[in-house]
Amino acid sequence: MASAPDMVKIYLMGKQHEVPRGLTIQKATEYAGFRLLRGCGCRGGFCGACGTVYRVGSDYRLKVGLACQTVVQDQMYLAQIPFFPAVKAQYRVEDLPPTAETMISLYPEILRCVGCNTCRKVCPQELEVMRYIAAAQRGDIRKLADMSFDCLMCGLCASRCPAEIVQYNVAILGRRLYSRHVARFAAHLAARVQEIDAGGCDADLAAMVASDEATVRRLYDAREIEPEELVGGE
Amino acid sequence: MKLSAKKQDDEVIALIKEISGEDVRACYQCGKCTAGCPLASSMDLMPNQILRLIQVGEYEQALKARAIWWCASCLTCAARCPKEVDPARVMDALRTILMRRGITHVEIPAIPAHVLAEVPQQALIGGFRKFVGY
Amino acid sequence: MRLPYFPGCTLHSKAQNFDASARAAAGALDIFLDELPDWTCCGATFSMSADSAMGLAAPTRILASAKEAGKLLTLCSFCYNTLKRTNHVIKTDPERRAKVTNFIEQEYDGSVRTLHLLEVLRDEIGFEALAKRVGRKLKGLKVAPYYGCLLLRPAAELEFDDPERPTILENFLASLGCQVVDFPHKTECCGSFVAVSDRGAAVECSTRILETAATLGAEMLVVSCPLCQYNLDQCQAEIRASRTRFAGIPVVYFSQLLAVALGCEESCLHFEQHAVDPRPRLSAWLGQGAPAAVQA
Repeated sequence: MASAPDMVKIYLMGKQHEVPRGLTIQKATEYAGFRLLRGCGCRGGFCGACGTVYRVGSDYRLKVGLACQTVVQDQMYLAQIPFFPAVKAQYRVEDLPPTAETMISLYPEILRCVGCNTCRKVCPQELEVMRYIAAAQRGDIRKLADMSFDCLMCGLCASRCPAEIVQYNVAILGRRLYSRHVARFAAHLAARVQEIDAGGCDADLAAMVASDEATVRRLYDAREIEPEELVGGE
Repeated sequence: MKLSAKKQDDEVIALIKEISGEDVRACYQCGKCTAGCPLASSMDLMPNQILRLIQVGEYEQALKARAIWWCASCLTCAARCPKEVDPARVMDALRTILMRRGITHVEIPAIPAHVLAEVPQQALIGGFRKFVGY
Repeated sequence: MRLPYFPGCTLHSKAQNFDASARAAAGALDIFLDELPDWTCCGATFSMSADSAMGLAAPTRILASAKEAGKLLTLCSFCYNTLKRTNHVIKTDPERRAKVTNFIEQEYDGSVRTLHLLEVLRDEIGFEALAKRVGRKLKGLKVAPYYGCLLLRPAAELEFDDPERPTILENFLASLGCQVVDFPHKTECCGSFVAVSDRGAAVECSTRILETAATLGAEMLVVSCPLCQYNLDQCQAEIRASRTRFAGIPVVYFSQLLAVALGCEESCLHFEQHAVDPRPRLSAWLGQGAPAAVQA
C-alpha cells in the first residue's frame, strides 16, 4: 500500500488547511481549493503580483516571499498582499532633469525616511531599498537605477514604511530618468529601428503571413535565439 | 483662567518628562529663555509661558499655542536657563504629542514645487521631522 | 592624513560649493576626505524624544560604519549636531543603546569621534601654522564670523567651542589675514527650517544678523551651514527692497575663503551659485578678475 503523503498545516487568512509538503504557497492555496483571481501572475517570480507576508509558529518575526516561489512550512501563517494603495506622480520624463530636485519635487516624502531599514527587510527580492531611497535623496540617479533594477513592484515596502513612502514608484522614476537622460544611447538599436522603418523586414514579414501553419512552426522552432554579435557584452 | 492646586496634573508632567527628559517643575520663571529666543516675535505665547501653563495644569492650552510650531530648536534657551531646563525639548515634546495624535503643522502636498526644488534638503528633512513627524 | 567623511544629503546637491571647496582646501593641506562608501541621510535634526529610538537608527548606523577608523568628519552643521548628539546618547544611555543597536542589527558603543573641519584645522594643523602657510593673504578683508546654533549648542555634548563667546572662527579668519568683525548676533539662529513653514519669520531672524554685521563694517559673512547660507544669502533682495540703507553682503563658506587663501583651483568655489556675488569683493585674490559688481 502507498504511504500517505507528507502533509503540513498552514493557515490561509487565519483558517487552517492541510497541504502536501514541498508545494509552493501558490500551489498549496490551489490545493486547498481556492481559485486565484488576484495575487497571481506570471508564476515565475518576475511580476510581483503574489507578494506574501507570513509568520511561522510562535516566531514573532515577520517573513516575506513570493507565493509562486516560496515553499510552505509547517505552521506557516500567511496572507497575500496583492495590492497596497500607492501614490504615483504625474510627469513627462523627457522634461525632467536627472537630479535630486526632480526626485524631491515629485516625491517630497522621500525626505521623511527615518532610516529604519524596514523596507529592505520586507523585500522579497532582498533589494537594498533604504539605500536606494538614500541615493534618490541625494540625486544619485545611477545608483538608484542600479540598486532597484530587480524590483518587481510588489508593494510590500510601501505597505510597511513608517514614513509612507512608495519606494517602488520612486525607483521606477529613477530608472526612467536613468534610461532617458543618463545611460549611453544605444546606437545599434536606433540603426535597427531605422532599418525596419525603411522597409528592411517587410519582405520577410509578408512571406511569413502568406505561409501555412506547418511552415511557420518550422521557422519558429529553428529560429536564432541569441545572435553571436550581441552575446559577449557591449 | 482659574488656578488651583487640584488642576496640576502629575500625569501630564510625567508624560512631558518621559518624552522630553525635562521636569518642567524646575522652571522658576526667570524669563531668560524668552529674552534670548530669536523666534519670540512670531510667537503667541512665550517659552516661559508655555512651561508655566504645563506647571499649573493648563496643558491643553499649551498644546493649542502657535508658538510650539515656530521653535527652531536653536537651544539658546537651554544654554541660558539657570535651572538647566531645556525649553526646546519641552516644545519638541508638545509637538511630538500632537503629531502622534495625527496633527501636523506642514502639509507636504501644499508646499509649492519651486520651494521643494530651491530650499536645501536639510531644511525640508528637518522641517518634516519637526512639523510632520512619523 | 585621511579622514572618513560623511557629506550628508545637502552637500551632494544644493551645497556642492561647500563640498568642493572643502575638499580642495583640505587637500591643499594634505587632509584627504574619504567619503563613506555607503551612507544614508542622518535625519538632519537630532531626535529629542527620549521615549523613542526610531530617530537614532540612521545616525547610529552611520557612526557604526566608521567604527574602524574611530573618527568621522563632517562639514554640515546639521549632520555634525545630529551625529554628535546621537553618539552622546549611545555612550551614556545603555538602555537606549541596546534598543537601537539591536534594531539596526549592528554593534556600536559610541567610540567614533565626530569631527568638524574647523576642529581639524585648529587641532591637527594649528592656526599659527595655517597663518604661516597662507601669509596674511586676505589682508584688508573685513569678515564677520557667523556660527549659527547647531555647531555650538548644547555645549556640554558638542564640546566644540564656548556657546556664548566662541573664538574658533575668529582665530581661523585671523589666520587667513582677515580683519575680524565681531558682532552680537553671531551665535543667534538664522531661522533654520522655520523657513519652510514661515519664510517671513526666518527672514526676520536673518535680517537682524545681516544688518548688524553690515552696520559694524563687515564686507562679508562667513558660515558653516548650507541652511544658514541659504537663509542669509537668499533673503537679501527682500531686505534691500524695504531697507534701502542695507547694501547687501556676500555670505560665503569658511572653506571657500580657505580655498581662496590657499590659492586652490577656482573651479571648486562655485561662487555663481550665490545670490549675492562674492567675486567683486574677492577680485584681488581671484585669478581671472571679478565680473562687474552685480548684486542680486
